[in-house]
Amino acid sequence: MKRSLPFLGFRFLALLSSMLVPCVVLTLMGYLLWRGLPVMGKELLFGRTPPLDAVFGRAPVWDGLWPACVGTFWLVVLTMALALFPGVGCGVYLAEFATPRQKRVLGSAVDMLAGMPSIVMGLFGFMLILLMRRTVLPDANTCLLLAAACLALLVLPVLAASAREAMEAVPASLRLAAAASGFSRSQALFYLLLPAVARGILGGAVLAVGRAAEDTAVILFTGVVANAGLPSGLFGKFEALSFDIYYISSQYQDQAELLRGFGAAALLLMVSCLLLATARGLERSFRRRWRGKA
Amino acid sequence: MRNATSVRRMSRSGEAGLAMLRLSVVLAMGGMALLFLMVVAFALPAFVQNGGGGPFSWSWSPGHGEFGILPMMVGSVAVGGLAVIPGWVTGVCLCCWLLSPTRAGRPGPWRVLVAGLVRVMTAVPTVVYGFAAVFLLAPSLRMWLGGSGFSWLAASVMLSVLILPTVVLVLQAGLAPRLEALSLSGVALGMNRLELLWHLVLPASRATLLSAAVLGFGRAVGDTMLPLMLAGNAPVMPDSLLSGVRTLTAHMALVTSNEVGGQAYDSLFMAGLLLLVINGTVSLVIRHMGGRA
Repeated sequence: MKRSLPFLGFRFLALLSSMLVPCVVLTLMGYLLWRGLPVMGKELLFGRTPPLDAVFGRAPVWDGLWPACVGTFWLVVLTMALALFPGVGCGVYLAEFATPRQKRVLGSAVDMLAGMPSIVMGLFGFMLILLMRRTVLPDANTCLLLAAACLALLVLPVLAASAREAMEAVPASLRLAAAASGFSRSQALFYLLLPAVARGILGGAVLAVGRAAEDTAVILFTGVVANAGLPSGLFGKFEALSFDIYYISSQYQDQAELLRGFGAAALLLMVSCLLLATARGLERSFRRRWRGKA
Repeated sequence: MRNATSVRRMSRSGEAGLAMLRLSVVLAMGGMALLFLMVVAFALPAFVQNGGGGPFSWSWSPGHGEFGILPMMVGSVAVGGLAVIPGWVTGVCLCCWLLSPTRAGRPGPWRVLVAGLVRVMTAVPTVVYGFAAVFLLAPSLRMWLGGSGFSWLAASVMLSVLILPTVVLVLQAGLAPRLEALSLSGVALGMNRLELLWHLVLPASRATLLSAAVLGFGRAVGDTMLPLMLAGNAPVMPDSLLSGVRTLTAHMALVTSNEVGGQAYDSLFMAGLLLLVINGTVSLVIRHMGGRA
């Protein structure tokens, strides 16, 4: 075949992009790790406070990332507590019980929610507080619980999509066998199918944890602050790792604080990659279990 | 007897389980409906009230009672548009390269590595990208091209990196099955996979290509942290690639942290509604074209 000039250009570009993209990404990540890894250690988390005192909350940490890590941890735990049930339930219902019409409507609703920018979820939380102040609770304020609720809306489509996909990947023979042994549809679901897809759903949940931990725009609107210390409760302000990174990048006072920013960025990057790897591993083992079965 | 009770218990738990599933759907949809209702309800008063200081004007200066968000609207479209072009072109090229190993059959180690890297890119937090760019990209731009470095160009470059994995994964999902269907006959004609992609698959996949671009644009417009950290945030129309711009998302973040209420908040709600409309339209377009996010 005669090779046209546009095709040669395309081949060149394809080759170029295969070099360029890894270069760019590895430069960015490598730079962060190069500046961030040397400061990793006890000092980064706890500053000058004795670690044990900090962990048990006996002494405040002013120059370390510990409060931010704790804040992010509780944020993620609360988010998952709020989102797991509606998200997974929605996905399972879509895959198992929804009529074609429901599938179309609910499916496009979930897709639409998945496409919303995270800042819209944050704005929603902010509006809720404004509304509450005007009506029932004049002294309502943004807090940890509100942030978790908005993050739950953000990760809900992730959970629903992964649960739905996992349910649809189960071989038909399992359903047939269940029906042949006299299980009703919901019995088959709860006693056979759900245990069979648990790993796939768990993979989606880990992915959702990653989304919740990295997001900054939502918590920016719903109660994150730079120096809150450990979160005081469900209705208190909190710190978070992702927000600390943003805050330090725009407001750092000295070199030590900047280095802490690099440490935080490297830490968050590693946590995200670890979560992704876990999610992929779970998904892969789930697929391998059912591959090739009709 | 024991069997009968256990079957009954199972069936009852099955019924309860179905009710629980219904409840979860109601919860999820209720939350979502509340989100849409609130955003629309808060933005409506800004529509109704008009005058020189309304949100639909070209000037933002709260000191003078001017709260126009049209410059931010233009900023969002400009930053998103400039990010999509390189992001989409690179995405198409990279996807085709990933799909066309030189030796037929298994992809080589370099391709596996790059494919893995694209996956990793989906998980990198945007604030981490932003942090790296603040200390790496912005100073380089300042050194080479002048200006402050925090500019339209910086934000768009980083956004194009951000949307690249989305574009690649959407394209891969769309192109791979078509390529597989054609690959046997193509090889019999003496074409390699890259030629197949260029001459046959890409021209036949206009909808997939378009939906990847639209999805990338939606993500670029919706992102908050990169424009906020990199675009300079001047609330004016950009007049060059090196001038600062402010996007709708960055504007929202800045207004909540600096203003205390009144008309500034109206502009915030309006910006939220605009984002909702833009991204809702993106979802509908994608759905209409049959691509899945």
